[in-house]
Amino acid sequence: MSGLLHWVFAPGLFDSDAVRTAVLVGGAVAVVSGMVGVLTVIRGQSFAGHALADVGATGGSGAFLIGLNPLWGFIGIAVVAAGIMESVGVRRPRGRDLATGIVLGAGLGLAALFLYWDTTWSNTTGASITVLFGSMFVISGSTVPVIVGFAVFVLAVVMLLYRMLLLSSLHPDLAAARGVPVRLVGVCYLAALAVTVSLSAMTIGAVLSTALLIGPAATALRLTRRPGWAMAVSSAIAVGTTWLGILLAYDSYSWPPLQRGWPVSFFVVVLVFAGYLLTHLPRTRKEA
Amino acid sequence: MFSSFMVNTWLAASMVAVVAGVVGFFAVLRGSAFVAHAIPQGAFAGAAGAALIGANTILGLGVFSLLGALGIGWLGKRGRHDVATALALVVMLGLGALFLSMSVEYAPEIYSLLFGEVFGVSSAELGPMAVLGVLCLAAVAALYRPLLFTSVLPEVAEARGVRAHRMEMCFLVVVAAATSMTVPVVGAFLMFSLMIAPAGTARSFTDKPLRAMALSVAVALTTVWAAVAASYETQWPLGFFVGVGGALFYGLGRAWDWHRRTRAVRGRRAVGATVAAGHRDGPSPVLR
Repeated sequence: MSGLLHWVFAPGLFDSDAVRTAVLVGGAVAVVSGMVGVLTVIRGQSFAGHALADVGATGGSGAFLIGLNPLWGFIGIAVVAAGIMESVGVRRPRGRDLATGIVLGAGLGLAALFLYWDTTWSNTTGASITVLFGSMFVISGSTVPVIVGFAVFVLAVVMLLYRMLLLSSLHPDLAAARGVPVRLVGVCYLAALAVTVSLSAMTIGAVLSTALLIGPAATALRLTRRPGWAMAVSSAIAVGTTWLGILLAYDSYSWPPLQRGWPVSFFVVVLVFAGYLLTHLPRTRKEA
Repeated sequence: MFSSFMVNTWLAASMVAVVAGVVGFFAVLRGSAFVAHAIPQGAFAGAAGAALIGANTILGLGVFSLLGALGIGWLGKRGRHDVATALALVVMLGLGALFLSMSVEYAPEIYSLLFGEVFGVSSAELGPMAVLGVLCLAAVAALYRPLLFTSVLPEVAEARGVRAHRMEMCFLVVVAAATSMTVPVVGAFLMFSLMIAPAGTARSFTDKPLRAMALSVAVALTTVWAAVAASYETQWPLGFFVGVGGALFYGLGRAWDWHRRTRAVRGRRAVGATVAAGHRDGPSPVLR
């Protein structure tokens, strides 16, 4: 029994500062992503969620360039991009996706320039990989309070706007008739989304940011129809997969082929995707 | 700029622009901006995998973009389309992160796969590119009518016996083929910009599908040629010029759209008509 425990929780897991930070930050980010993700899936804005994470990389690489903490670059540029998307975007989904795509294209163009300058001027060759794929084990302890603070802020905004957001997501015309400022609520929501994904893109990478935003939420929405429940389930799934991913990644330091660890993002993505597929099994059989 | 070693660059860039302009027209029309982003970026993981096992890069890109396209189609049939796209994308990128962690690839090579390396195209690369490009164009030409039909009026097309889902699959495979052809040259992010921005611009200027497609190709060619020239002169990355140039073109298109609409409204007011409200949403009831 203790042998098994020893095998599952590799030695040193609970003593490592890096792991403790990763668990803390990963958990906070996962809770927020799970909750905001439910609204994102309901509103059909997965693309915006992913695009903001990628555009955040522009800010991250720009911040690298001028020596700022990348977190501020990520959040600043994502909020600006969200504002542009919302102001250019037409209300119909196709037009909105196009506007998102244009902003994303321009953002990635800028990212290319910043990363080029990063590598030629300041000789930070790894910047592009760090910015795009992130690594949970290299978060510095000093940014933890800032990240948790932002996470709490986003949660508060979502809680405050919860009813208005839900109504304007499900039934924009009815919401407008009830006197809900649909446009303003949309902007607030997109700003909250921008902060969320830039937090997660910064700490756990753009890949995981999208995975945690969409995967748990889509899974939860297949399990329950009630949005409140879905948010709770989605957060739970997000936190569970993140922590399990961290555990597996820590264990994998002794795995082949290189014995230097498999990436956390791989484990979390696989777990999230497996969860989503599981919810499909019974339903597809019934339909067939 | 026009010396012999640049000939391949100009040829490759032009081929990419033509294919991206044509395929992008349908991507924009179908509201598939997210797919146009997800397949190239996900296929990048295939290149990383190919590098790991020492296979040909185009082969890796092809396998991954095809698997990604089929996965998006398969998942999209069973759930929300944007969720399916997001999940397929993160699964591919998660695998990419795994491959990267195992290989000893250098950061500049990853950067060039994401942002393109147009100034190093060899003559041997041009052959497969041309073949895939011609295949893409031929497929679009063969599927032109049903594809257009399902894009614009999905319900009517279904009633007339066009299989919407089969068309979607065909379209996804065409995007996959276009991706594996272009990513080695222009990079994953650029391919996306080139598919979305010119086609979105063209839509602001004309309602006729063929004319819009031609305009889309023309804008894509202009963008790429200007970007290659500017990139050659400044040594800045090509991606920056393509991304920002595409956004500028799109902005021009939107400005023209707006100008035409306000002029139309003013003209109608002059003759006393008050039905302008119906046209406020855009120039064309079909293409919107």
